[in-house]
Amino acid sequence: MNLWKVFTRGIIEENPYFVLALSLCPGLAVTTSVVNGLTMGCTVWFVITANNTVVSIIHKLINKKVRIPVYITCIATIVTCVQLFLQAYAPDLYKALGVYLDLVVVFAIILARAESVASKNGVVVSFLDGMGMGIGFTIAMFLISFIREILGNGTFFGMSVFGQSYQPALIMALPPGAFMLIGFIMAGFKIWNKHVEKQRQLKGVEG
Amino acid sequence: MGAYFTLFIGAVLINNFVLTKFLGLCIFFGVSKNLNASVGMGFAVTSVITLSTILAWLLYTQVLVPLHLEFLRTISFVILIASFVQLLEIVIKKESPTLYNMWGIYLMLIATNCIVLSVPVISVTNNYNFVENIVFAIGAGLGFALALILMASCREKLDYADVPEPLKGTPIAFVVAGMLSLAFLGFSGMI
Repeated sequence: MNLWKVFTRGIIEENPYFVLALSLCPGLAVTTSVVNGLTMGCTVWFVITANNTVVSIIHKLINKKVRIPVYITCIATIVTCVQLFLQAYAPDLYKALGVYLDLVVVFAIILARAESVASKNGVVVSFLDGMGMGIGFTIAMFLISFIREILGNGTFFGMSVFGQSYQPALIMALPPGAFMLIGFIMAGFKIWNKHVEKQRQLKGVEG
Repeated sequence: MGAYFTLFIGAVLINNFVLTKFLGLCIFFGVSKNLNASVGMGFAVTSVITLSTILAWLLYTQVLVPLHLEFLRTISFVILIASFVQLLEIVIKKESPTLYNMWGIYLMLIATNCIVLSVPVISVTNNYNFVENIVFAIGAGLGFALALILMASCREKLDYADVPEPLKGTPIAFVVAGMLSLAFLGFSGMI
C-alpha cells in the first residue's frame, strides 16, 4: 500500500469530519474560539494516533468477540492520561472543554479507525493513518473555530481583528450558527471532491 | 418540587442536549431519515440513559468517591454503560423477542454514544442528588427524543423538496438543525 496515500487521504478526500461525518459533537460544541478548537483537535489527533498504534500491536492477542470492549478500554485509558495532563498544565482549557473531553472516548472516528484500519494492518500503516486522520480532524476544528471566532466575536486567538467599529454577528457564536456553518462547509467539501473526481476521470480518458 | 420541575424543563427544552449542547449528533443525523425509526430510537435512548445514569451515579458516589478513585470516572462509566447495554440486549432478547425485533438494533448503536455517557458525567460534576439525577436523566432523554422526532418530520418533507445538489443529504440536515436550534433558543428566557 502506498504509505503517502494512507497519510494524506484523511486530510481532504476522506476528511473524518466533513466527508466521513463522524464524531460531529466536538466540532459544534468547542469551536467558539480557536484555542478551544485547536486543543480539542490536538487531543483527538494524539488519541487516535496512540490508539491506532496500540491496537495494531495488540490486535493479534485479542479474541475477536471481545475486541470492541478492549478497544474502548484502550481509548479510555489514553483519554484519561490526556485529561490528567491538561488538568495539570492547562486548567483553564480543561475547564473550557468540560464534558466534551470525557466524550473523546466515545468518538466514533477513533473506534472506526481502530476497527477498520488498525486491526487489519501493521504498526506503520496504522500510525500514518492515525496521523492523517488526526490532522484532518484538527484542520476541521481549526476551520470551524476560525470562522466562528472571527464572525461571532471579531477576534482571532483573542486579538481583535476588525477594530471597535465591528458589530459581532452573535448568531455565529450561538448553536444555530454552528449548525448552519457546518452544513455549508460540508457542501463545499462535496463540490471540491466532485471536482477532483471529474479531473481524475478526464485525465484517465486522455491517458 | 418546583426545583425538580425547573431542572426537568431545563433539560428538555432550554439546555436541549441535541440542539444546544450538541450531544448525540451521530444518531440524530443517522436515524432521523425515518419517522418510525426515530420514535423507536427516542424510546430506546430515554430508557437506556435513565437506567445507566442511575447505575453510574451509584457507582460514582458509593464506590469511586469513598475510595478516592475519581480519576477513573471516564473509564469506569464507559465500561459500565457498554456492559449494561449488552446485558439489557440479552435480557430483552430472551424475555421479549417482539420488543427485541422492534428496538434491538438501536441498543448496540447507543452503547458507545456521547449522549449516554455525557448525562452521568454532567450529573456527577454538578453534584446532583439521587432524585435530581433521575429527573435530569429523564429530561435529557425526552429532550433528545423530541428533537429527533421533530427533525425526522422535517426530513421526511425535505425528501420532496428541490434541494441544490451539493447540499443534499447531511449538509441540508445541518442547516435544518440550525433552524430548529434557533427556535429552541427562544426557550432560553423561560426560567
